[in-house]
Amino acid sequence: MSLYYSLCQYDVLRIPQYIGLENYRELLFEDPYFGISIWNTLVYTILRVPLAIGGSLILAILANQAVRGIKFFRTVYFLPSIITGVVLSVIWMWMFNPQIGLVNTALGWIGLPGPLWLQSTAWSKPGIALMSLWGVGGARMIVFIAALQGIPSSLYESVEIDGGGWWARFWHVTVPMLSPVIFLWSVLEIIFSFQVFTEAYVMTKGGPLDSTLFYNLYLYFKAFDDYEMGYASAMAWILLVITLAVTLLQFKLGKRWVHYTGGAPE
Amino acid sequence: MIRLSFNKAQLKKTTIYFALVAIAAVLIIPLIWMLSASLKGNEEIFTIPPTWIPKEIHWENYSEVFNRMPFLAYLRNTTFITVLTIVGTVFSSSLVAYSFACLRWPGRDKIFIFVIATMMLPLHVIMIPLFVIFKELHWLNTYKPLIVPAFLGGGAFNIFLLRQFFLTIPRELFDAARIDGLSEWHIYWKIAMPLARPALITVAILTFMFTWNDFLGPLIYLSDQAKNTLALGLALFVGQHQTEWGILMAASIIMMIPMVAIFFFFQRYFIKGFAMSGMKG
Repeated sequence: MSLYYSLCQYDVLRIPQYIGLENYRELLFEDPYFGISIWNTLVYTILRVPLAIGGSLILAILANQAVRGIKFFRTVYFLPSIITGVVLSVIWMWMFNPQIGLVNTALGWIGLPGPLWLQSTAWSKPGIALMSLWGVGGARMIVFIAALQGIPSSLYESVEIDGGGWWARFWHVTVPMLSPVIFLWSVLEIIFSFQVFTEAYVMTKGGPLDSTLFYNLYLYFKAFDDYEMGYASAMAWILLVITLAVTLLQFKLGKRWVHYTGGAPE
Repeated sequence: MIRLSFNKAQLKKTTIYFALVAIAAVLIIPLIWMLSASLKGNEEIFTIPPTWIPKEIHWENYSEVFNRMPFLAYLRNTTFITVLTIVGTVFSSSLVAYSFACLRWPGRDKIFIFVIATMMLPLHVIMIPLFVIFKELHWLNTYKPLIVPAFLGGGAFNIFLLRQFFLTIPRELFDAARIDGLSEWHIYWKIAMPLARPALITVAILTFMFTWNDFLGPLIYLSDQAKNTLALGLALFVGQHQTEWGILMAASIIMMIPMVAIFFFFQRYFIKGFAMSGMKG
């Protein structure tokens, strides 16, 4: 149904008019916002995925230390994860407020000039990426802790016998042993990043100067503000194809660095 | 030598604690900050440098939430949608999962794979056809598009999760019940369901979290402001009164209370469910 609509001009009121590949042609060759929204989504993805994976891995390693009270710290680290969607966006609009927000206040303490964050074309995307790290870090941490606990301690011991320090332990044992989990969540994080919508809708409405006009936000505007359902359907299909292509590519590349203990599941 | 290594261990422990506390502070400060802002008067919110503990406690921010927007109606609408969605999801996804896990019928595994494949489809691809279908049914601007789908399967992920759980129940239990002449319905309701309680709670919590906070669904299907949900109402208020931070924070906190409560009561299920589903885009 969606595929058929993508070949039509359709404003919901009248029945769909078949127009062939016209929507796709206009998207790919004429619509400047299409390119802008793809670029924005791409930049956001590149900022967010390493932040989310790296950040939650650090949290997990820290929260996996055998010290007293660690359960308490795990709970605290997880707590922000229960906040999502509109509430998350509202809190961070306030945090990112250039004059009275906490982020710039804290930067001021250490003598750094704070950027305008959501009101600046350069900092709006990093801001939203930072917010999503706060929002998902704890949840991903749990996954990584479970994986960390599955690493046999004999591996670490053998590195120590060879005289390796903490970096050798991290790089030669932790990373390879966690690589299947890191891989899976990179794939998922990229898919999630492609879908970013609510935060941008609530916080910036795509601005300033279209710097947070993400793909799904533009799609939403086309479908439900302009009622160009056919056009929006074509956009949805292009996103689906891009997502599938990127995921397949990751699986291809993944074979080179992902280490499966039980042999690769072919 | 011994003394030295003792110091080293001590130093390591101190460093770990230091890092643990520093990161905990960074993660938790936005929440404390929010709580503090929700109790501040408007002048104090704009004071530089900011104060942590409000000089004057302004409880009226919380009552203003109810005066400035039809918050009570939003709360009622959201609760109505959420409760029905949870009931529908738990009931229908467990029924479907039971059939996939415990019954034998032709094409079962193929259809199961097909159901799983629907998880891959991004919401935005099916959003428009769904909208058109609900429009043709004259369901727009009602709660039906938000509630009825939960009763018709309850989502691929929930089906998957419950099927995996049902598969861990020993076959002999079902066989014995069948020999005793119990109907399938009876086995499902009286044997499988009680045993699946932990998984059912996980599904219920995930559904709660999703529905309570869902923004896109209500945004598309509801046009009448009186029908708004909390998420929608809050977003609307942000658009209109950007600078009334005290009230905004108070409203956000009220909306968060059920989530926080469920988190503390069902921590184990909650964390497991969240980690598995990767919910939260």
